[in-house]
Formats: sequence, structure tokens, C-alpha cells
Amino acid sequence: MSMAALDNVGTRAGASRLDWTPYLAGAGIGVLSWIAFGIAKDPIGVTTAYGRLAGEVAIPLLGSDAVANNTYWKLAPFAFDYGVLFLVGIMIGAFVSAIMSGTFKVELVPDVWKQEMGGSVWKRFTYAFLGGVIIMYGARLAGGCTSGHGISGGLQLAVSSWLFLAVMFATGLIASFLLFHAKKA
Amino acid sequence: MTDLFAPGSIALALLIGAAFGFLLHRGRVTSCNVIENQFRLKDYTVLKVMLTAIIVGGVGVMALADANLAKYAVKDANLLGVALGAGLFGIGMVFYGYCPGTGLAAIATGSVHALVGALGMIAGGILFALSFDWVKANILTVGAYGKIRLPDVTGISAPVWFAGLTLVAIAFFIWAERQQKS
Repeated sequence: MSMAALDNVGTRAGASRLDWTPYLAGAGIGVLSWIAFGIAKDPIGVTTAYGRLAGEVAIPLLGSDAVANNTYWKLAPFAFDYGVLFLVGIMIGAFVSAIMSGTFKVELVPDVWKQEMGGSVWKRFTYAFLGGVIIMYGARLAGGCTSGHGISGGLQLAVSSWLFLAVMFATGLIASFLLFHAKKA
Repeated sequence: MTDLFAPGSIALALLIGAAFGFLLHRGRVTSCNVIENQFRLKDYTVLKVMLTAIIVGGVGVMALADANLAKYAVKDANLLGVALGAGLFGIGMVFYGYCPGTGLAAIATGSVHALVGALGMIAGGILFALSFDWVKANILTVGAYGKIRLPDVTGISAPVWFAGLTLVAIAFFIWAERQQKS
């Protein structure tokens, strides 16, 4: 059986419309990059804006002076501008696609996780939160994520981005092996 | 209203963002299962989407740049920072089960754990900003080669790179489709 069948999509009526091949979706993202570079003059990316959003959230936690005087947030101050609204757009688009395909579903613990790590919601939430901390620190340190480095940088044949892709997949494979496989042996 | 679709406009941000989120969902990479199974080498959807996007996007952007209709926006090759950051990123992606963009998209499809991870991402962003002075002085300066591209460092032209990349990708796609059938 194909592992894709384990995915949480594709069971409800109308879900056949989600059966786009990954190649079609990928080509669509490629064409979207032409528009991002050619018209918007801003390559697709996520975490630069996310880092700026973090500055806004940090104000009640750290105080507005601390945020205003921080070197990073001085370089990347928060505003409801292109980058931040792009994040809102991502959520709108995914929501529309999920509703159109009848695949919107409240998910607390995904199937693969249930199968490998058990059904504990708090365990899943703990890993998700920790993973979120690590992934964002890594993305800001590297200067981009799977979108900004992986796709937008990869398609420009940037040295930094191909290094990012190679190292990210390598540590991901090791982490996945240690998390899901080695512990069962 | 001519400004509506000017570079940096709100309308463009929402439209391109929405198209991106829509395509991520259609490509099924907003599913935590699909992403975890990529790193477990049981489902190659993530690589299929990314490689196709890179090749289709790359050839078009190269044509636009050659015609002076677009400018490259290459990120700095701070080799130590990129390598360390990417190393953390891979680990974080396996723990989270999403990357930052697909995690945001997944929240909108009903994934509550994606939302928990997105709060973690805010925390990670704050930690980075707090450590930025040190990181900038000690890490981002190591192996800093600037905005270099593979054609610059190899002397192989971009069209040749894309031709080679396409051949490798097609061979990989054929192999991956056979894997998933068996």
C-alpha cells in the first residue's frame, strides 16, 4: 500500500479534486515565482516577515524599549506590509483550498505521529512547539526557510540556498531516524 | 487604482500569498504526514513539489532577469550561519512536522498542532533577535562570500545548470514513482 494513502486527505466526497499531482502544484509554485520576481519584485518567502511579527509579539513580554533598541528588530521592524500580509494570504489560500476540496479537518495528532509516537496530544504539542522554536531560530540564522531559501533561492541557483537544502535534508533524515526509528530498536 | 498591483502592494501580497497557500495545500505538503514521510523516505511528495517549483520557476526567472524584467535577490552565503541554521531547521522540521510556510497554511486547514508550533516559531524568532548581536559578530562573519550563485563559482552557465538539474530531477521522479508503486 502506498504510504500516501495514510494521509488524512482524500476520504471525503469531493476530495478527488485534491488529487493534483505534486508536479502540477510544484509547476504552479514555479509560475507563481515568475510573478513574485517579475511583478511584485519580492521573492516568495515566509520567515523574514515572521521574525518581524515576533518583534510585535515581544513588546508586551520584553517591553517596547527593549524591542525598539534591539539590533535585529531595528533592521526588521514590524508593519502590516507586503511580507506580513503575504502570510495572511497563505492562510486564506490554504483555507479556500481545504473548503473547496472538503478536506478541512480539526487535527490534534496526525496519523503518522499517532502510529509512531502514540496518541498523546500534549506530547505532540510539546514536540510541535519545540520544533517551532528550533525551526524559526534555524531559519533566521540561515537567512531563510524552505520557501525563501529552498524555492526562491534554489531557483536562482544561489550557493547559500543549495547549501541550505543539502544540510536541512541531511539533519532532517538523521533526526527522523532517531525520533521514529532508533527508539523502537 | 493603478497602484493596486504595484510592487509591494497589499493586493499583490494577499493574491500571491493566497495562490501560494492554495498550491501548497493542493500539493499536499500542508499535511504533517506527508512531510514526516518525506524524511522517513516513504513519500517523496515534498521533493517532487520543490524540485518542480525550482526548475519551472528558475527557467522563467532566468528568462525574466536576462530580459531585464526581474532582478535576482540572492541571499548571502554566510557559510557557517547557513549550515548551522539549516542543520537546526531540518531537526525543527521533523519535530514540528511542517516548515514555516506549510505550518501557517496547515493552521487554516484545521491543524491545531500546527498552531502550537507557530507559537513556538514566534518564540524562536524572539530568541534569535535577542541573540542577534552575538550571532552577527561571531557566526555570520565566518565564510561570508556574499551573494554568490552556482554559475559564478563553477563557471558553468545557468542554462546548463538547469538542463542538468532537469535530467537529474526526471530520473529521480521516475525512480520515486516506481518506489511508491511497489
